[in-house]
Amino acid sequence: MEVTPNISGKKKISDNIKSSIFLSPALILLLIFFLTPMLLTIVFSFTNLALTGTQAQNLKFVGFDNFVQMFNDAELYNSIGKTLIFVLFSAIIGQCFLGFLIAFLMKGKNSTFRRAIGITVIAAWVTPEIVVGFSWVAFLGDNGTLNSIITALSGIEPIAFLFEYPMVSVVVANIWRGTAFSMMAFQAALDDIPLEVEEAAVMDGASRWRIVRNITIPIVKGTITTNLMLVTLQTLGVFTLIYAMTGGGPGNATMTLPIYMYQQAFVSYQLGYGTAISLVILIIGALFSLLYLRFLKVKI
Amino acid sequence: MLKRKMFVPILLSGILLLSACSDSDNASGNSDSKSGKTEIKITWRGLGEQDNIKRYLEGFEADFESENEDIDIVLSPITASEGDYFSKVALTMQSAETAPDIVSEDTFMLSADANAGYLKPLDEYVESWDEWDNFIENIKSGTTGDDGTVYGIPTTTDSRGIWFNKEVFEAAGLPSDWEPKSWEDVYAAAETIKEENADVVPFAMNVAKANGEAVSMQTFEMLLYGTGETLYDGENGKWNVNGQGITDSLVFVDEIMNKRDLGPSLSIALNANYSSVMTQDLLPTGGVGMVLDGNWNIAHYTEGGAHPLEDIEATLGFVPFPTKDGQSPGFITMSGGWGWSIPEKSKNHDVAWKVIQAMSTEDLQTKRALTGGTLAVRNDSAESSDYLERPLIEQATKALENANFRPKNDLYPNVSIEIQNAVEAVASGTMSPEEAAANYKSKVTDIVGEENVY
Repeated sequence: MEVTPNISGKKKISDNIKSSIFLSPALILLLIFFLTPMLLTIVFSFTNLALTGTQAQNLKFVGFDNFVQMFNDAELYNSIGKTLIFVLFSAIIGQCFLGFLIAFLMKGKNSTFRRAIGITVIAAWVTPEIVVGFSWVAFLGDNGTLNSIITALSGIEPIAFLFEYPMVSVVVANIWRGTAFSMMAFQAALDDIPLEVEEAAVMDGASRWRIVRNITIPIVKGTITTNLMLVTLQTLGVFTLIYAMTGGGPGNATMTLPIYMYQQAFVSYQLGYGTAISLVILIIGALFSLLYLRFLKVKI
Repeated sequence: MLKRKMFVPILLSGILLLSACSDSDNASGNSDSKSGKTEIKITWRGLGEQDNIKRYLEGFEADFESENEDIDIVLSPITASEGDYFSKVALTMQSAETAPDIVSEDTFMLSADANAGYLKPLDEYVESWDEWDNFIENIKSGTTGDDGTVYGIPTTTDSRGIWFNKEVFEAAGLPSDWEPKSWEDVYAAAETIKEENADVVPFAMNVAKANGEAVSMQTFEMLLYGTGETLYDGENGKWNVNGQGITDSLVFVDEIMNKRDLGPSLSIALNANYSSVMTQDLLPTGGVGMVLDGNWNIAHYTEGGAHPLEDIEATLGFVPFPTKDGQSPGFITMSGGWGWSIPEKSKNHDVAWKVIQAMSTEDLQTKRALTGGTLAVRNDSAESSDYLERPLIEQATKALENANFRPKNDLYPNVSIEIQNAVEAVASGTMSPEEAAANYKSKVTDIVGEENVY
């Protein structure tokens, strides 16, 4: 009994050692499989790394050549534009707004109703991306469900949605898939708002809209920022869905940066240029994050 | 306490177990398998169920293994789109653990892969191989690198032209011995078909990036070389980026797909399955009038193919593709082909060579040409009676008279991608032919360098 303080001191040290021992595999794995590839990406973006041809044998540092090439690459500007459109409509306007709306409308509704809606929306979220891609290809195809309904109702010829409205198609598919994430985040935040605050506002005669604007949104602002950031970064990197639905086409109509990067690296065999493009994606992601933090003035 | 004490040993033994597993994986990739046989892994572009090469190789495997009991042939196809196949092959050839022992190389990729150091030079082998003289001379050039070194043994060659369905032609009042003399004749026939039956696709060609090299070769280059221009001036080592022929070729694509609306819907044209839908399904059943494609499709219509026809020549015709305005030589074809190469990283060069030799005998080359519907690469195979009796062989061989080959330059695969981009952009209406040609010019200039274009 009399040596208790001593033991607890030792225990603390040995706990620290223990926990670092137990954490070290994770740290080492992170270093090997996460940090190394990231650093390599930066290194390779300054080389002429190629999959085949003379360059494949003569790996050289080419300085800023890849980045100079980028500045003159009309296709890259097109891809940046397509990426911004895709992110703006499918992530910011689509997923965040719709997610908030669903969460808001479900607040305080009876639990069976909430569960039914929740499961429906989340079903899209748990479906693997590639399966979502194929489902939408099947849904929008010439003989797909949507065209069958349109033809049956109006008798007009099937519309080749994926070729005539490719960007709209992939945006809708991504909203369908991703809304659940925002909905869940907002649901959790909205449930945390004390009922008394809103009740007090109602007593004071505030309109519904006023309550949302002046009470609900300020309280969940932190969640909005985090959610915007997560959803934006996630959408910036969407590859499988677009690749499965349109392959970046027709032409370059849905050629977002990840698809363009893949094309350059594995179709045109220019791995060096491809990795340079991946840095552009990284920079755009970082810019978006900064923008949100600045604009919404939230500390994380 | 017992649990905690047990944890570390369990963890350690787990790690050991995992590393042991990976060791044994490595061992099985080696030449010495448990049976003591040398494993020779053959890789080609697999096509799933309708795979003629697989049918042919399975037959070969059984015969070869019964004669060579110390060699175990492992068939290891890569089933991928045409473009992905080359990326995947290049990746496997980078490491001794994954490199196949024999790989099927398209002649257009051969220079690039050879320059990358992936392929073993075969000069020494062919020098002491008496069969080498039996190969058709200009086809050998297809598997020779731009440095004059032999990197592969040819196994197929081909020609391209217009496949047409005679029943569709008859219904539209067109002759079944139709021979177009210019692009105008092609438009005219397609428009006649369209007027007769709106449900039939009048004219189809490869336009989707998903179809890879087929777009460059079967469509764009067939058109370009028919305008009298070429893609690449081999003598001066310069690429054509300013020629009117580039725009003219894209105009043809635009006329067919958009202006005159004579092509398939974009849902079919831009589908990765375009080729099988068109040649295996629509062409033999009269769903399409004309298809610009390769002679090898004959394999689909013979016994054992995807869509056997009782009397091929009564249903289908194959004619050489005309030059733009009928200028000399009247018709042209692009010719390519595939060969067997040995990856530098393979551990069994000599045994692999033995297997390639066995696949390259007159008998097997003839069989290969018959199974795949391709053209023979050996003089003696080309004269064998089985080969000469194949339907439409005369027309396919005739097209070869004016054959052009793709540029022998290791940047061709990169330029080819830009061709595919241009063709798809025009076909899908994203760019006008002029815009696509201008974009092609700037992209190709970037790839090959300003000093290498004209």
